[in-house]
Formats: sequence, structure tokens, C-alpha cells
Amino acid sequence: MSILIYAEKQNGKVSKGAKELASYARAYADKTGDQVVAVGFSLENPEELFQYGVNKVLNVTNDKLKDFNAFAYSHVIKEAVDKENSKMVLISSSNDSIYAGPIIAQYIDAGYVSNVISLPEDSDHFVVKRKVFTSKGIAYTAILTDKKLLRISKNSFGIAEKAVDGSVEEFNPPVDLSVYDEYKVVNVEKVTGKVPLTDADIIVSAGRGLKGPENWGMIEELADVLGAATACSKPVADLGWRPHQEHVGQTGKQVAPNLYIAVGISGAIQHLAGVNGSKYMVVINNDPEAPFFKAADYGIVGDAFEVVPKLIEKLKAYKANQ
Amino acid sequence: MKILLLMSSVPDTTSKINFTDGDTKFDENGIQWVINPHDEFALTKAMQLKEKHGAELVVLNVGTAKTEPVIRKVLAIGADRAVRIDVEPTDSYFTAVQIADYINKHPEFDLIMAGKESIDFNGGMVHGMAAEMTNKKFVNAVIGFEMKDGNTVEVSREIEGGKETIETTLPLVIGGQKGLVKEEELRIPNMRGIMMARKKPLEVLPAVEAEVRTKIEKFEKPPVKGSIKMIDKDNLDELIDLLHNEAKVI
Repeated sequence: MSILIYAEKQNGKVSKGAKELASYARAYADKTGDQVVAVGFSLENPEELFQYGVNKVLNVTNDKLKDFNAFAYSHVIKEAVDKENSKMVLISSSNDSIYAGPIIAQYIDAGYVSNVISLPEDSDHFVVKRKVFTSKGIAYTAILTDKKLLRISKNSFGIAEKAVDGSVEEFNPPVDLSVYDEYKVVNVEKVTGKVPLTDADIIVSAGRGLKGPENWGMIEELADVLGAATACSKPVADLGWRPHQEHVGQTGKQVAPNLYIAVGISGAIQHLAGVNGSKYMVVINNDPEAPFFKAADYGIVGDAFEVVPKLIEKLKAYKANQ
Repeated sequence: MKILLLMSSVPDTTSKINFTDGDTKFDENGIQWVINPHDEFALTKAMQLKEKHGAELVVLNVGTAKTEPVIRKVLAIGADRAVRIDVEPTDSYFTAVQIADYINKHPEFDLIMAGKESIDFNGGMVHGMAAEMTNKKFVNAVIGFEMKDGNTVEVSREIEGGKETIETTLPLVIGGQKGLVKEEELRIPNMRGIMMARKKPLEVLPAVEAEVRTKIEKFEKPPVKGSIKMIDKDNLDELIDLLHNEAKVI
């Protein structure tokens, strides 16, 4: 038997999300003795997955399947499940995988659980923990079907290197390509050279405390120094100070970086719901009563316009000495 | 055109989440129920399409009688009629079967709109499963939707770090989200709408038999952070030291 992961690519290469899935699958396979198999589409470096415990990579090389199509990709994943006798399938929480998830679940007849944050518990039936109520709760969820599909919450398990001997196989099952005609991608706009918010290890986020969009220069500079992505609170996106893609919170993006720095954000419950998966949180706010201080690891009471420029200088000096 | 809106009634975004019955149930005590925020974007888009192109808008909810005030709100905003499938939607697969059964019995809908997920259980799968069960095309995380000639539509969806625009045709299922319409375009019911909503038809249907594929055994609250370390604003070296040596994140 095997555990199958859908290994997404980023700029042609194995994505961060795929490495996390591989690490999760390896940790579970070490208990069950299963093989870990990955399926990818035109991956340029499939061998890299061996580092994270993948025994076999099925690499689809058909050029017509190079670009994501939820139906075509789900079909290929189903073929891989059949070929490898997979009982468990893992996908990441990227937009593409969230999109394909319910389709895969239907194709392989699996019980499907999203936002999974733990390995299955050792018990006589299959139970995983998942985030519910937008991270305000955790639900222990049993999957009652023979086949299981898990969507792993980003950065909840982490990436662990555990090299194994692996092999790469070209994999080109027959697929009905007419789905690409019924669903033609006519335009793709992508911000290049920037870390996507939901993949960022560090996020610098700011709120209404910054008083206006003209003051975001220092936030961007702080993000640059740290190699971080920038984000914002809901009011800031609603006011049009920042693009809505940057809004993190209950109705915006859910993020789980290693470090989240919040500047001038009070920390309303809806904002915290979107960021409380972060490993560490730093809060900079001039109001010592701001609720965010109750949820953070490190806090600084002070004026953002004074603290942030100083912090940038200190960090530059620190980086220069590294 | 006929539009079907799949709508969940969920706890208001400011709700404190607690569990009861030995942590096996969500504590509904004191909870205000609202239209799922992602569904609200879909609802507003549906109203815009209705006003621009002419359409019948039907709202479908899977839920017990307690969801009716929220269904009435959707009617007050402008949906023409409502259908409620009378069962507690505990499992996503089970819920999708209920919706798919309704769609298969009413194949006249050109466009089926939902939010990309509900903010209570965050599954993000019911509408996609229903699309697959009814053999319809489906686009998720939709941030733009325009009618073109005939049956052709242009749909934009969010991708990592950007957006992808797709040309496809009706019938179609879409999962909407923030960005599908502007925040300031979101509708709230007015007095006339509320009065009219009382007279609009709300049909209650029994659930069909379906398998349950997942089951929540118990809940818990996320672990609480340990106490915060306060750092003096004039001693930022301490912060850098903590981030490097304690948190190990820089």
C-alpha cells in the first residue's frame, strides 16, 4: 500500500507545500510501513523529493498537462491512486489544491478533511485534528471511508528532511483533454519577485495605526530587510490603502508564518482568527490596552513611526554582521 | 437566466467560540447568526447579474428551522424565493448529496453560486462536490465574473500571488470570495425588502438518504499563548536577540 501526495510545482520546481506534504507522509509511513509516492506535473527536479522521504515520483511529462486544470489533474491523481493502491492522499492548502480537493474526493470516493494539523492518532479508527471556526477551534475528525483525502494546513506540520532512496517514473495515463477546451485560461497575472503571502516565512502586517497609505514605505522596507511578505488588516483593505489580496483575517487570507509582525493593528477577534497559526507574533502598538498584546509573544508599546525606522536600522546592522 | 445561491447560516465573525456537552458540540448560546461572509459576495454578484441581465434568483440552504431568519435576510436583500432542506448539515459529503439531489431534480439552473467555504467548519468542499455529483463545470476562489456572448462567461480566480482568468460556459458552479464584488457594494436589507421577504415563498423539503463520510468526535480550543514578553521601545536589540536565539526565526 502507499500514501500518495500531490506535489505542486512553483516556477517549475518542487514547491514548499510539496515538501511539507512529503514530510507528513514520511512521518506517517514510518509508523505504518507504507511507501510514499508523489505525483507531479512536469516537475523539473522530482529527485529533490527523495530528501523528504518520497520513495517514488510519478512525473507527468505530457506537455498538454503542464498547466493546472482541476479536472485533468484530479483525473491523473485518481489514476495514480489506482496504480499505487493508495489508501491515503495528501494535498496542500494552495488555491489549486483547495480547488481540486472536492473533485479528487469524488473521483476516488474518499472521505475528505481540510485544514488538517496533526498526524492521524493511534487508535482503532482514523482520526485527525483539523482547524475549524477559522482557527478558533480544533475538531477531532474521524474519516469513515476506506480511502482518505487530507488537505494539510500550511506550515502546521513543517518540513523535515529525511532522505530515502527513490525513483522517478514518467507517468502519462490517458486523459480527456477536452476539459482544457471547456475551460480556457485567457490571462494570468502574477506578481513576480515577491513571496506569495500564504507561503511566506515572515510577514510584516500593518493596520489603521499607520494613518494613511503614504506611510507604507517603512513597512515595505522592514519587509525587505527580513525577506518578508507584506499584509494588512481588513479596515486598511476596505479603505483601499492596500490591495485586498493583502488582507489577512477571518474573511481574508489565513496565514501561518514562522514570524508575524503586526504594526498598528489592534487585534480584533476577526484579525486574530486569520493569523493565530503563526509560530511567533510581534506586536508594535502605541496603545498598551490593544487586545493583540494578549495573543502575541513579544510586544513593544510605542509609536510605529518611531519604532519601525529604528527597528529597520537595527535589523540592517544585525544582517550585516551575519 | 436562473441562478441558485447555496447559502450557509454561520456564527457572526465576532463570535466567541465555545464547546459544550463534554466538548462534543458547538455552544450556540448567545450566538448571532449571519449569512456566511463568502456567500455574501456571491449573493451581491447574483443581484448585480439579476439587475443587469434579468434572472430568477433562488436561495438554497441545508439546515434546520433555526436558519430561517438568515434565509429571510437573503430574501430581503433580493432573492426571489428560497428552498430549505430540513436537516442538520453535519458532514460535507452528506450535505453535498442533498444539494446535488435538488439540482438534479431542477436542471434549469444556469449558474450555481456559493462562497468558497463557510466560516464555521471551513471545509471548502460542499459546492465542489455538488458540482462533480451533478456533472457541472466548477471554478473556485472566484474574484471576477462577467457574462460574454451567449453562454460564454469570463471568470477570474485567485492563484498563489495573482489571478487567472478563464473563459468557460454555463452551466457552471462557482465558489466566490472577497474581491468578487467590492466591499462597499455588499447589500444590506432595507425596510421595503424586509416587508416583501415575509411574503416570498420558502419551500421546505425533506432530506434524502445519504452516506456520512466524516464525523467530528470532539472539539477543543486552540492552545493559549504563554505570557507575552514586553520589550522597551528603546531596547530593540533585545527583540532581535529574542527573535534570533529564542524564536530562531531570523
